[in-house]
Amino acid sequence: MDPLEALLAQIQGLSSTSSDINRLHTILKQADDSLRSESTRLSPILTQLDPSIHSLGFLYILEASMPAPVTKTQAETVVPIVTRFIGACSTEQIRLAPDKFLSVCRKLKDQVMLLEAPIRGVAPLFTALRKLQVSVEHLTPLHSDFLLLCLLAKCYKTGLSLLDDDVFEVDQPRDLFLYCYYGGMICIGQKRFQKALDLLHNVVTAPMSTINAIAVEAYKKYILVSLIRHGQFSTSLPKYSSSAAQRNLKNFCQPYVELANSYGTGKIAELEAYVKTNAEKFESDNNLGLVKQVVSSMYKRNIQRLTQTYLTLSLQDIATTVQLNSPKEAEMHVLQMVIQDGEIYATINQKDGMVRFLEDPEQYKTCEMIEHIDSSIQRIMALSRKLTAMDEQISCDQLYLSKAGRERQRYDFDDFDVPQKFNI
Amino acid sequence: MDADDETSGPMIDEIYANGGGGDDGEKRSRRAIMSGDQLDIEAYAALYSGRTKIMRLLFIADKMSNAPTQLEALRMAYDEIKKGENTQLFREVVQKIDGRLGPNYGMDAAWCDAVDRRAEQKKEKLENELNAYRTNLIKESIRMGYNDFGDFYYAHGQLGEAFKNYVRTRDYCTTSKHIIHMCMSAILVSIEMGQFPHVTSYVSKAEQAPEALDAITVAKLRCAAGLANLEAKKYKLAARKFLETGPELGLHYNEVIAQQDVATYGGLCALATFDRAELKSKVIDNSNFRNFLELVPEVRELINDFYSSHYASCLEYLGNLKANLLLDIHLHDHVETLYDQIRHKALIQYTHPFVSVDLNMMANAFKTTVAGLEKELEALITDNQIQARIDSHNKILYARHADQRNATFQRVLETGREFDRDVRSMLLRSNLIKHDFNLRALRKL
Repeated sequence: MDPLEALLAQIQGLSSTSSDINRLHTILKQADDSLRSESTRLSPILTQLDPSIHSLGFLYILEASMPAPVTKTQAETVVPIVTRFIGACSTEQIRLAPDKFLSVCRKLKDQVMLLEAPIRGVAPLFTALRKLQVSVEHLTPLHSDFLLLCLLAKCYKTGLSLLDDDVFEVDQPRDLFLYCYYGGMICIGQKRFQKALDLLHNVVTAPMSTINAIAVEAYKKYILVSLIRHGQFSTSLPKYSSSAAQRNLKNFCQPYVELANSYGTGKIAELEAYVKTNAEKFESDNNLGLVKQVVSSMYKRNIQRLTQTYLTLSLQDIATTVQLNSPKEAEMHVLQMVIQDGEIYATINQKDGMVRFLEDPEQYKTCEMIEHIDSSIQRIMALSRKLTAMDEQISCDQLYLSKAGRERQRYDFDDFDVPQKFNI
Repeated sequence: MDADDETSGPMIDEIYANGGGGDDGEKRSRRAIMSGDQLDIEAYAALYSGRTKIMRLLFIADKMSNAPTQLEALRMAYDEIKKGENTQLFREVVQKIDGRLGPNYGMDAAWCDAVDRRAEQKKEKLENELNAYRTNLIKESIRMGYNDFGDFYYAHGQLGEAFKNYVRTRDYCTTSKHIIHMCMSAILVSIEMGQFPHVTSYVSKAEQAPEALDAITVAKLRCAAGLANLEAKKYKLAARKFLETGPELGLHYNEVIAQQDVATYGGLCALATFDRAELKSKVIDNSNFRNFLELVPEVRELINDFYSSHYASCLEYLGNLKANLLLDIHLHDHVETLYDQIRHKALIQYTHPFVSVDLNMMANAFKTTVAGLEKELEALITDNQIQARIDSHNKILYARHADQRNATFQRVLETGREFDRDVRSMLLRSNLIKHDFNLRALRKL
């Protein structure tokens, strides 16, 4: 019989119980190479398989049938098949062959980008991601691909929903870098600067033996977002960042560090002049939009400083102090800050041309505030528990014990006795 | 002197002018040398002796743009130098005079040569004596020898050498009197050289001498310490030192500092840095210091005005004194800073007791414009020295007290967020490290 026919029969037959599936898995692994050689003949076979029951088989055949470089027409036909598969497949079966699943999804991403319709890949990848994850805290390589598609398709909100999950377990450091970098960009797009700052901070301070390009790009954006959010930037990285990063990151981001210095002086004219002279450099990094936001944030920061000093101030005075061109512009800025961003509290009296700055009305007395505080407490308690659990886990770890055992005094009898097998 | 009472009089009764209606006692003149008037150079120079007199006169000559007074100062300097043996300074002065004072005050080359020759001879003699003493190993004579050398170099203006020689006597000092003598000489030379860290160290050395010091020496040491602190911009410490100087100082330290200077420096530094309680206890109620303040009644008046909140007259006195203070060799580069600090303290003290302050009245009290006042207050508020906010529309300053409860809530929430963030990134990083470590370990095994 045609080996493919035989394989098909086996798939259909052995896809019911878990022991059968394990047998199937071994058979499929052995048949992998032969499948690859016959990639062109595989597509009709797929129609005979049901993705939800025969997921493993379907996966192998699908993966073998998708050659690497693909044309647009081919992509057109393949994409719906893959999409349907991802939606229908069973989670336990595909978890047996995660790398195959990954490669299928990667190819889907490539094809979708080739078709220039990244939005077609967003939903499937999201489902795939959730199916592949062992737990919500697990970072799969699909996370970064998914975020990339969200960025390209401009579906920021979907991306943001994924970012709300905390990630603790990572397979590959490179996944994490990309995930945090793209995640940072999505948050910037949604103007959630604090979260963007956290994500980019993770990239920049992650342990790495040599710098990589992702870290450099992330550092550039980190500088800009830090200026927008906090109005200041310190060039020294925290102690826990890798020494490679501490020494070298700054050298690659010289224009940005100088921008931060110029921002620190507080003079808007200087800042704008600097931006104008270096516009091409920022442009080439695709950061010009962010840089413009930095400049406008400086106006905001100056106005915010005024709220600390004045109770009422005329629009004319605001315009002169903050170096805007006219009272009208000052009015626009204040309006924007009050209504859109909620950063200051003020009322404008147009008859007198006066702005009255008010105190933050938050009194911390409402039920919502109490709930907020309560949930924060719960969250932090959960984190502490997690920290303790991790500590316990490491102290039982074989490698740690062997290292600790080795460094112990040889003739120390009082403490715990580490068994001989750990003294490597 | 203060006009704010009259202007605000009938309209609003509940607005009180801060510091209204003071009187100005006419206690000027008499021994007011450091006064608002043009500096009387002869009287000023008469307060000092020795090298500092010359240096001060030269300094005044440099700073003065007024030609007659400049020439007067240079003339007196010339005369003073001729009495000594410092040919280097002589040449400088002659160059500065530039023949403007006539033939009597030109370059006296003969005198210079004579002095230089005498100096050479004396130096040889001293060297021979010193060598003899050194071979004989008589401690006291060696010490005297080095002292003489120090004096010789000091008279000839070679301050570095003088200092070295004075310091060399240290090894041969037997009694504490010797030590004190050495310290005083070292301090004198250091002050002339402008190396004030040495001054501080030698003052502390002298104070640690085992025997009790007599009152005059104590007073001298305090002055020297005060000067060192002043130069180091530690105004509070300087004030304390000057205020602790006893009246026994008298005219004994003319080669460094005059009593008027002690009063001026001490008074201004105290005003700029002390709070009200300290000002009252250490300055106004200080009977020792009162003796000094009598010599500079303007400083005494301005301190009293500040304490009783007559800011306009206080600032007026300050303004008058400024021109002469800029001619003082030690104080001139600190005048601006001290004045700014005093002015800021005045502003802060003015606003402190009130819930709301009318900026117009305040501007009157400080004899300045409302716009300027607003700018100054803005700077102080931003610096967090005044807790208030300005109502620019009605020109009123409202005191504002921080809401502790809200601030606490904000801090709590912020700390929680930071902890959350930090622990999460820590767990992530440790995971990465564990992963990396596992990889390496696997490769090894």
